[in-house]
Amino acid sequence: MNRPGVATACAAMLRRDLTLAWRRRGDIAMPVLYALIVTMLFPFALGPEDTLLQRIAGGVVLVTVLLAMLLALDAMFSSDIEDGSLEQLVLAPQPLALMLGMKILAHWLTTALPLIVIAPLLAAMLHLPGAVIPVLLLALLLATPLLSLLGAVLVALTAGTRRSGMLLALMLLPLCMPAVIFAAGAVAAAQQGLPWLAPIAWLAAALVLAVVLAPLACAAALRIALDA
Amino acid sequence: MSSWIPLWLHKLGSPPTFYRFAGTLRPWAMGLALLLGAIALYGGLVLAPADYQQGDAYRIIFIHVPSAWMSMFIYAVMGVASFIALVWRIKLAEVVAMESAPIGAAFTFITLVTGSLWGKPMWGTWWTWDARLTSELVLLFLYLGVIGLYHAFEDRRQGARAAAFLAIIGIINVPIVHFSVNWWNTLHQGSTVNIFGKSKMSWDMLWPLLTMMLATKFYYVASLFNRVRTDLLALEGGKDWVRKIAEDEAKS
Amino acid sequence: MTAANTAVPLLEARALSFLRQDEPVFAPLDFQLHAGELALVEGDNGSGKTTLLRILAGLLHVGEGELHWRGEPMQRDTCTGEILFLGHQLGLKADLSPRENLRIAAGLFGCRDGIGVAMVLDRIGLRGYEDEPVRRLSAGQKKRAALARLLLLPATLWLLDEPYANLDRIGIALVNQLLETHTAAGGAALVTSHGAVSFHGGEPRHIRMHA
Repeated sequence: MNRPGVATACAAMLRRDLTLAWRRRGDIAMPVLYALIVTMLFPFALGPEDTLLQRIAGGVVLVTVLLAMLLALDAMFSSDIEDGSLEQLVLAPQPLALMLGMKILAHWLTTALPLIVIAPLLAAMLHLPGAVIPVLLLALLLATPLLSLLGAVLVALTAGTRRSGMLLALMLLPLCMPAVIFAAGAVAAAQQGLPWLAPIAWLAAALVLAVVLAPLACAAALRIALDA
Repeated sequence: MSSWIPLWLHKLGSPPTFYRFAGTLRPWAMGLALLLGAIALYGGLVLAPADYQQGDAYRIIFIHVPSAWMSMFIYAVMGVASFIALVWRIKLAEVVAMESAPIGAAFTFITLVTGSLWGKPMWGTWWTWDARLTSELVLLFLYLGVIGLYHAFEDRRQGARAAAFLAIIGIINVPIVHFSVNWWNTLHQGSTVNIFGKSKMSWDMLWPLLTMMLATKFYYVASLFNRVRTDLLALEGGKDWVRKIAEDEAKS
Repeated sequence: MTAANTAVPLLEARALSFLRQDEPVFAPLDFQLHAGELALVEGDNGSGKTTLLRILAGLLHVGEGELHWRGEPMQRDTCTGEILFLGHQLGLKADLSPRENLRIAAGLFGCRDGIGVAMVLDRIGLRGYEDEPVRRLSAGQKKRAALARLLLLPATLWLLDEPYANLDRIGIALVNQLLETHTAAGGAALVTSHGAVSFHGGEPRHIRMHA
C-alpha cells in the first residue's frame, strides 16, 4: 500500500472543494449579488452627495463584504456534516488542521475572492477616489482571509447545532471588530493622505497569527462538535 | 500538607461533595453580600461627601465601578474554569463556567447602563466610542455568545465544552479589541475619557467602593453556588445521591 | 484459530461503556478481536451499535473502560489509517461522481498496491455509472459506491455500520465476499446488522449489546 503525502492530500482536498463550488457556481454569485444590492441602497438612503458618499465609501464596502461573507460562512461545514464526509476527513491519516486549512482556503477562494474582484466597482458606486482603491484592495486581501479563518473556527463550534445563523453573527462580531477597525482605518488614512502602512502591517501580523492558529483551533472545535 | 490539598480539591470536584459544600456556604455568602452591600450603600450615598466637580452624580460609581470589576473578574473565572473543563473534562468546571456566564453578563449590562446614565450629565452624551466602553460592550457580546452557544446544543455537556472553547477565544480577543479601539481613537481623535482624573480618591469615597467590591464578590459566590447546585441536580438526575436528596425532600 | 488467540489481539475492549447525559448507552462490553476475525455486533434498535462503532473509530470519546489497539492504549494517532469506518452517512459528495469521490478518498487515505479506481468501480458493480453524479444514483448504487472504499483503501480493521442496508441479493453476496477476502488476508472487521448474515469463512464472533 502507498500512503499519500501531505501535499497529495492537500491537493485532493482543495480540488474537491473547488470542484464542488464549480458544480454549484450559482451559489458563488449570491454573496456578490448581495454586496451589490446593499451598496446600491446606500446612495438612495443617504442622498447622492459626493462628499458624504466619499467619506463613508471605504467603511461601507468593508462592512458589506464582511456581511456577504457571513452569509456564506454558515455553509462551510454543513453539507460535509450531513453526508458524513467530515467523519471520513477526521479519520483520514492526515493532519486534520491542515486539511481544514485547505477547506478554508477553498472557501476563501470561492466566496471572498469574487467579492474582492467586484470591490472596485462597489467603491466606484460610492465615488471613492481612484487613488485609494489599491489600499482598499490591499486591506480586503488581508482582512477577508482573517475573517474566513476566524469564521471557520466559530462555524466549527456551531457544527453540532441545528440553527446557527444568528448565533454565528453574534459570536463573530467581537472577533471581527479589530479587523474591521484596521482595514477601515487604513482606507480612511489613505483617503486623508495620512500614512496607511501601520494598520495594514497590523492586519498582516494578525493574518499570519490566524493562519497558524485558526486551523488548529478549528480542528479542536470540530472534534468537540462531532463528539456527541 | 502539600498532599492533602489536591486530595481535598479532588473531593470537592465530585458533584455530591460540592453540592453539600455549596449548600453550607451559600447562605453565609448571601448574608455577607447583603450586609456589606447595605453598609457600602450607606457609606457611599450618605456618609461620603459630594464631589466638588460632579456633585452627587458621581455616586453612581459605587455601583458602576464594582460591576465593571466583576464583569472582568467573572470572565476570568469563566476562562479558567473553561480551560480546566476542556483539558481535564471535569464536570464541575463545565458547570461553573457555564453558570458564571449569565451572572457576568448581568454585571456587564449593569456596568453599561450605569456608565451610560453617568455619562449623560458628565460628558453630555449617553455613549461614546471610547476603548473602555467598547471593550465592555464587546465583553457583553462575548458573554451572550457563550450563553447562546451553550444553549444551542442538545447535549448540555457538549454545549458546555463548545462554549468553553469560545470563552477561551474571547479571553484572547478582549485585549486585542481594547488595543484596536485605542488605535482607532487616535485616528479619529475622539474624546478620551478619564474617569478619576489625576486626583486621588479620598478615603471617604474609597472605603464604600472597596466594601461594595467585596459585597459583589460575595453575591457572585452565592449566586454561582445556587446556580451550580441546581445544574448539578439536573445533570446528575439519575444518580443515587440526587435520588436520596429527592427522597429526603419528599419526607420532610 | 488457537494460534491467533494467543497473539496480541488487534482490538481489545475492557469494560467499555459510553455515557450520554451521564446515562450509559450500553452495558459494559468486554471483547477481543484478532487479526483474521469477523465480529457481528448484535442488538436491538437503540442498543448502542452505532455508538460502539463510532467509539472504536475514534469519533467519540471513550466514556468508561479501556480500549487497546495491538496491546497498547488506543490513542488518536496509534491507529490512524488502519481503521476504515463506514457509517450511516456514506461520506459521498452528492455533486461528485463515484470516480471523483473515490479519487478524493485515495488522496486522503492512500490506496492498496496495484489497485486503481476504475478497477474497483468495475468490481463493485458500478460500470457505466462511474461519471454520473452520486445524487442521481439509486440508494443501492450509492451504497456500492461507498463500499468501493473497502476495496480501494488500505486498512486493517473495517468498521461497517449496516453494510447490507439497501443492497440487493447480489450486493449482499458481494459484501460477504469482501469480508471473506479481507479476513483471509489477515484483516479484521466489525459489522452491525439486523438481518441474518451468511458468512462462509468460519463462524463469526458475536458481540451482544444490551441497553
